Amino acid sequence: MPLPTSSAPPGKYPSVSIGPAPLLEVRGLSVMFGSGLDSVRAVRALDLDVRSGETVAIVGESGSGKSVTSLSITRLIDHAGGRIVSGRIGFTDRDGHLHDLATETPEAMRRLRGPELAMVFQEPMTSLNPVLRVGEQIAEAVMLHQNVGRDSAMAEAKRMLERVRIPEAARQLTRYPFQLSGGMRQRVMIAIALSCRPRFLIADEPTTALDVTVQAQVLRLMASLQRELGMGLMFITHDMGVVAEIADRVVVMRNGEKVEEGVAERIFDAPEHPYTQTLLAAVPALGSLAAQNLPIPFEVPNAPKPRPQDTVRGAPVLEVRDLVTRFDVRRGLFGRLVGRIHAVEHVSFDLRPGETLAVVGESGCGKSTTGRSIIRLEQPQNGTIHLAGRDVTRLDGTTEKVLHRAVQYVFQDPFASLDPRLTVGFSIAEPIRAHRLLTGAAVEQRVQALLEQVGLSARHAGRYPHELSGGQRQRVCIARALASEPRVIIADEAVAALDVSIRAQVVNLMMDLQARLGVAYLFISHDMAVVERIAHRVAVMYLGQIVEIGPRQAVMGDPHHAYTRRLLQAVPVPDPRRRWREQEVDDTEVPSPLRAIGDLPRLEPLVEVGPDHFVARHRVGGLY
Amino acid sequence: MLAFILRRLAGTVLVLLTVSVFVFGFVRLLPGDPARLVAGPDATAEDVAAVRAEMGLEGSIWRQYAHYLSQTLRGDFGRSAKTRQPVVAEIGARFMPTLWLTLIAMGWSTLFGLAVGVLSGVKRGRWQDQTAMVLAVSGVSFPSFWLGLLLIDLFSVRLGWLPTGGDESWRSFVLPSITLGAGVAAVLARFTRSAFVDVAAEDYVRTARAKGVPERGVIWKHALRNALIPVVTMIGLEFGFLLGGSIVVETVFAWPGLGRLLIDSVSFRDYPVIQAEILLFSTEFVLINLVVDVLYAVVNPEIRLR
Repeated sequence: MPLPTSSAPPGKYPSVSIGPAPLLEVRGLSVMFGSGLDSVRAVRALDLDVRSGETVAIVGESGSGKSVTSLSITRLIDHAGGRIVSGRIGFTDRDGHLHDLATETPEAMRRLRGPELAMVFQEPMTSLNPVLRVGEQIAEAVMLHQNVGRDSAMAEAKRMLERVRIPEAARQLTRYPFQLSGGMRQRVMIAIALSCRPRFLIADEPTTALDVTVQAQVLRLMASLQRELGMGLMFITHDMGVVAEIADRVVVMRNGEKVEEGVAERIFDAPEHPYTQTLLAAVPALGSLAAQNLPIPFEVPNAPKPRPQDTVRGAPVLEVRDLVTRFDVRRGLFGRLVGRIHAVEHVSFDLRPGETLAVVGESGCGKSTTGRSIIRLEQPQNGTIHLAGRDVTRLDGTTEKVLHRAVQYVFQDPFASLDPRLTVGFSIAEPIRAHRLLTGAAVEQRVQALLEQVGLSARHAGRYPHELSGGQRQRVCIARALASEPRVIIADEAVAALDVSIRAQVVNLMMDLQARLGVAYLFISHDMAVVERIAHRVAVMYLGQIVEIGPRQAVMGDPHHAYTRRLLQAVPVPDPRRRWREQEVDDTEVPSPLRAIGDLPRLEPLVEVGPDHFVARHRVGGLY
Repeated sequence: MLAFILRRLAGTVLVLLTVSVFVFGFVRLLPGDPARLVAGPDATAEDVAAVRAEMGLEGSIWRQYAHYLSQTLRGDFGRSAKTRQPVVAEIGARFMPTLWLTLIAMGWSTLFGLAVGVLSGVKRGRWQDQTAMVLAVSGVSFPSFWLGLLLIDLFSVRLGWLPTGGDESWRSFVLPSITLGAGVAAVLARFTRSAFVDVAAEDYVRTARAKGVPERGVIWKHALRNALIPVVTMIGLEFGFLLGGSIVVETVFAWPGLGRLLIDSVSFRDYPVIQAEILLFSTEFVLINLVVDVLYAVVNPEIRLR
């Protein structure tokens, strides 16, 4: 790293920081990965300021260099294979000393990490050490930097847990990370980060892996703690809704460079750079179709205005009645049955050709199990499933073929759901061969036609999954799903793992295919804003039951069930003037679907409250 | 935790019963009359009948198994066909030398293998790592009889420091335990290294660094304990293999252990001894597995508390 440390004019950095000088001042930062000919510049010539008490959001899609920037500031980049090749990272510590973090020694950096610089990461599931107790993990940070004994460090850990509003803090101290929910783990991460009262906090996509209601809780918590402690906060995200919620200033990055910077309101009102404009256009704003009863694809710059998706035709192609899927939980010496997870409880719905029914709800609500039970990836205990009028509840040789040809599945993770050792063409051809739809050269032609149908080209057939981007892979998964000419496609969080702009493209593709082929979608998603774009009807699931179902406009515009309202309120609005920062933090956790034997959940019939709009009028886990 | 151990113990009993059925069936499936084989070609009909009675080969197959099981549970494995000594005494005399050799070999090779593995993992790609891994590959691929002979040649014949064989004093243990442990140390070093490298890339290791934990703490407290989880299984497996007695090492160093007893009893068709040895090896393996499972639960709270 002994390269030029500054590209900025000398004299711009006072040796001692006084008054309004930035807490963090990044100038001309460039970061590279790899060496020799393989080296890649992940960040180039980045300038960035963060002041005390200020929240700066860094926005960008995968590969924009936003995470690399944060790792460079804390110098964790040294352990991730990257190196700072030029630029300086000015940081003023609490004693007023100015450090250049780009050239500090590893030991000096270690001392700064914790009491001065702290980080919260994206994945609360993997960011905590699985073999150490929660209390130990917080107390460790306290003991390292505050010169206190174990007992007082533990007492401090408990205070921190209370501060991040974890109920029964004393008991949680002795638990292990795997015993906590995702939201709880992220609070523990925040407790660790804040345990030494850092002056600067970097949060790298801290809410991306969380459910919307939990995301809302964590965002509010971070905003209030930031004000309490007067920290500088650098918030890295791809989600413009979250940006609008939390940021004072916004820095937009693409391909390692800053393309635009400004006050949040200005960025949202009048984005200057074309990339910022595209990014904002691709952000689905909840409520933007409130006046429209049909779904409409995303608008594409320089293209004709998309038309409403008036594609629903004919009698139901899929009729599900009273579907029940429960999982046994066994414990103890003889594997005694101690409870059941009530994943799906008497779920009923119809799906018509050309229709998209969105199933929404949070992790563990049973939306994925519903989809998996329909194609028998899970074995339901009760219920009937009719496909185009034919009973496919009992699977024998014939009905199995019918079901598996007519109903196809697209999974969330396009990286994991394609075999890395098979070419894309082979994967797409598999359903055609398995169902003996075509033979010989006709298979190849069909594969090519399918690739073109999903916006790829015939030459992609010979590629392997790792040669494609995430968006391209998900297109391949859709092509594979279309190969057997299905009537229904179950899309299980099919766009959740994609970047915003790619997500909009794939949603538009799915809607285009629906218009052309009349395929019906069961669109399982936690993203209400995407659902508003694509769905004709919406079913809201909570603890395994459908609590509200009806036309999208009715359910989202006039929600009747308390849970539906809570879900909709939690969605961040991409408008900095409408942030809910000042509202009270709602810390309720969704109850567990695990119940004792014989303790059956209460079921209430769905009552019609509007045309085709039904609500379960009951209390579910304290909610109505 | 207790329920976990009890459940595993119950499984262990089941496995051992299955093994006993195989061991029991093994003699009865031999071609010809095992009693005549044991009694020898010159034995009279009465001798053969006596041997048959002694071996429990009379009556229905169920009665024979019941007889065999009750004898086994009482620790009575009959007499060796070769020496006419009780099998228990034969095996007992050979068990301790093998056990001691195994413990010593496992002890040093575990410590050494783990240390080298961690060092390689920490210094990944640098000269320490590369040297260690070249040595480890040699250790795995170098035949143990050859290593043993080289060691004897150098330390016993040329330098005269250590005995060539036998188990008389602590000095007799040095060469055989090195020969026996070399392969184990090499396997463990490689295994520990790869486990460590995997763990070092985990998010929680990054979290530890973000907290300002010193590098030593990152390695020993955060990374190693997680890396040990798969290594524990490997140590158990290796231990089980060595406890069976190494035929090669015991032969090279004239070590009076189970490995040589097995060779001898197989070449003499000493069925009672072979049967007892099979049962012993199986029991050892199953018990070690049990210990490994318990250790696994100790290092991994997710297993302990689920």
